[in-house]
Amino acid sequence: MTTTPESTSPLTPQNGVSVSGDSGVASSALLSLRGITKSFGAVEALKHVDLDIPAGQVTALIGDNGAGKSTLIKAIAGIYAPTSGEIYWEGRKVSMHTPRDAEDLGIATVYQDLALCDNLDIVQNMYLGHEESRRLTLDEIKMELNTKRVLSELSVSTVRSVRQLVGSLSGGQRQAIAVARAVMHESKLVIMDEPTAALGVSQTAQVLDLIKRLASRGIAVLVISHNLVDVFEVADRIAVMYLGTLVSSGPVANYDTASAVEIITTGGFQSDVAATVK
Amino acid sequence: MSDTNVTVPVADGGAVNSLRGQLKRLRQGDKGLLPILLGLVVLVIYFQIRNSVFLSSGNLVNLFVQATIFILLAMAEIWLLLLGEIDLSVGFVSALGATTAVILLDNQFQWPWFAALPLAIVVTTAIGTLQGFIIIRLRLPSFIVTLAGLLGWEGVLIFFVDRQGTGGTIPVQEKVLYDLVNANLSPIATWIFTLACAAAMIYIIVRRDQSRRSSGLDSVPQFVTIAKSAALVVASVVLVLVFNANRGTFVVLEGMPYAIPVDIAMLAAGSFILTRTKAGRYIYAIGGNAEAARRAGVNVNRYRLLAFVFTGITAGVAGLIYASRLGGISDNVDSNLVLLAVASAVIGGTSLFGGRGKMIHAVIGGLVIATIYNGMALINMSAATQYIATALVLLVAVAMDAVARRGSSPSR
Repeated sequence: MTTTPESTSPLTPQNGVSVSGDSGVASSALLSLRGITKSFGAVEALKHVDLDIPAGQVTALIGDNGAGKSTLIKAIAGIYAPTSGEIYWEGRKVSMHTPRDAEDLGIATVYQDLALCDNLDIVQNMYLGHEESRRLTLDEIKMELNTKRVLSELSVSTVRSVRQLVGSLSGGQRQAIAVARAVMHESKLVIMDEPTAALGVSQTAQVLDLIKRLASRGIAVLVISHNLVDVFEVADRIAVMYLGTLVSSGPVANYDTASAVEIITTGGFQSDVAATVK
Repeated sequence: MSDTNVTVPVADGGAVNSLRGQLKRLRQGDKGLLPILLGLVVLVIYFQIRNSVFLSSGNLVNLFVQATIFILLAMAEIWLLLLGEIDLSVGFVSALGATTAVILLDNQFQWPWFAALPLAIVVTTAIGTLQGFIIIRLRLPSFIVTLAGLLGWEGVLIFFVDRQGTGGTIPVQEKVLYDLVNANLSPIATWIFTLACAAAMIYIIVRRDQSRRSSGLDSVPQFVTIAKSAALVVASVVLVLVFNANRGTFVVLEGMPYAIPVDIAMLAAGSFILTRTKAGRYIYAIGGNAEAARRAGVNVNRYRLLAFVFTGITAGVAGLIYASRLGGISDNVDSNLVLLAVASAVIGGTSLFGGRGKMIHAVIGGLVIATIYNGMALINMSAATQYIATALVLLVAVAMDAVARRGSSPSR
């Protein structure tokens, strides 16, 4: 199991097994969390979370409301600094204090509200905050060409023109633009918060497709989702949180819907799942 | 360049504008200038039928000069409207700037014009920046802070004007400031200036088209570019003929008032900043979704403050034109100015809700307002009717704005 960020080889979901409780840093993982704890006053939102996120795979983070999923991704995205614990990026220990720090490492986050400007067109949204300019003025041609290239690489084929306002796009298209923007700036890890929550059936399929394509390009994807159907459709690995603890993680093959629901609701099964991992 | 997956490179600039596409764009807020230009034409035809003096050269030039103050104040307002903010104090602030210049230019101080006129702009810029700073730092609504400004700066204005002891009015006694509105370019210079402007615009249009085409991007068909250029040339020639016709009765009076090039310069500068620079892009982004801009790494407060600075600069220029046109500054500045400025911007197509608008909207809207006032005075309508008519036009414009806003976000 030597998946590297650049690898575009077919997916190998059986590889990269790492179970909660593993100590030491798996050299294979793009991002490794070790003993991450986050307290808000007396409340411990995260308790000693260990998680490995390998490149080229989709990791689904599941759990009930208040299980700590959002806190965990905010720690990875640089919004909250963990109270204790270590974060390793490509094997190196890193500390992130601002979203910009995470972005500079190559971690991009697509929030549920997508953070798009409806009054700007696709190109302008894709480059917001990272505009290409020549001397004083914006280099629209370069930005438009790159946007078209990125969208076609991701096979986002449903937009009529990249100069159309984002406000006129459908929910699935907006999600696709938000994802494309995240990967455009050479991100190696894309975190997505409930990417299919607001979407219809066919648009959900499009977005799940897009997520798989990201992984096949060697990008690590961390998806938060409530929808287990989507999770089993798209994920290579599953990590389950329960009351601030990462109670179980492993390849998707180790789970079925019933066991996943069981772990989400009771936090149990941890030892059994660990036992099933060969 | 391959368009493998980004499908159908239709000429999205609008070569094939079916009526349905036009209607759809209208509902989505991208209404373009066509509806309001049509409205303007209807107004012009109506007034011309009621009084044939309306389209005379003398009256048209007068109308343009009347419009300059609305146009400049509307431009000042657009910087903030794009952010979803508003400045209610802009009328008195610009008058206060002009007061500074008029006082410093008169006999007791005798400052040279090249010091006094820029100082007026410095004053309005400082006031705009101060108000912006308060609004951003204390997180107060701009509506309230500038409402305080509306009252407060009028007080300061009255204080300074009355202190001069000239009976509530300070006349402009200096030639350059007086000539801004009341003197004209020579007919030759009018030709040169207008054609140079048209040539510059055509150059920009053609070059953009060429570079898009050579990069393999969707571009409008060549005949559209040619038609646009031809329309520009025709419009400029007509304008020059209007300005260069002798409109004096006893003396020869011809050429373009200096105020018009001032307007055009402000339009060009504002449009350049809004469409070609990061600052402009960020102002649109903040007005559209400030949180998205912040997450994209934009220093939101810095660019909001910058917009207040631009408003202040533009207001300074507007004030000088205002003082020049009235031949002085009185302690009785029209408090409707700011409302007409906002009305001009909105009538032209700028949204009150932020994120949508262009500098050219100030020009169109300002012309509409000036046309209404000018035309109604010509056909001897009462002041009461004038107010009511302006109100109706504004109401229609705001309603269109609101409908467009609802139409523009169908996805949620």
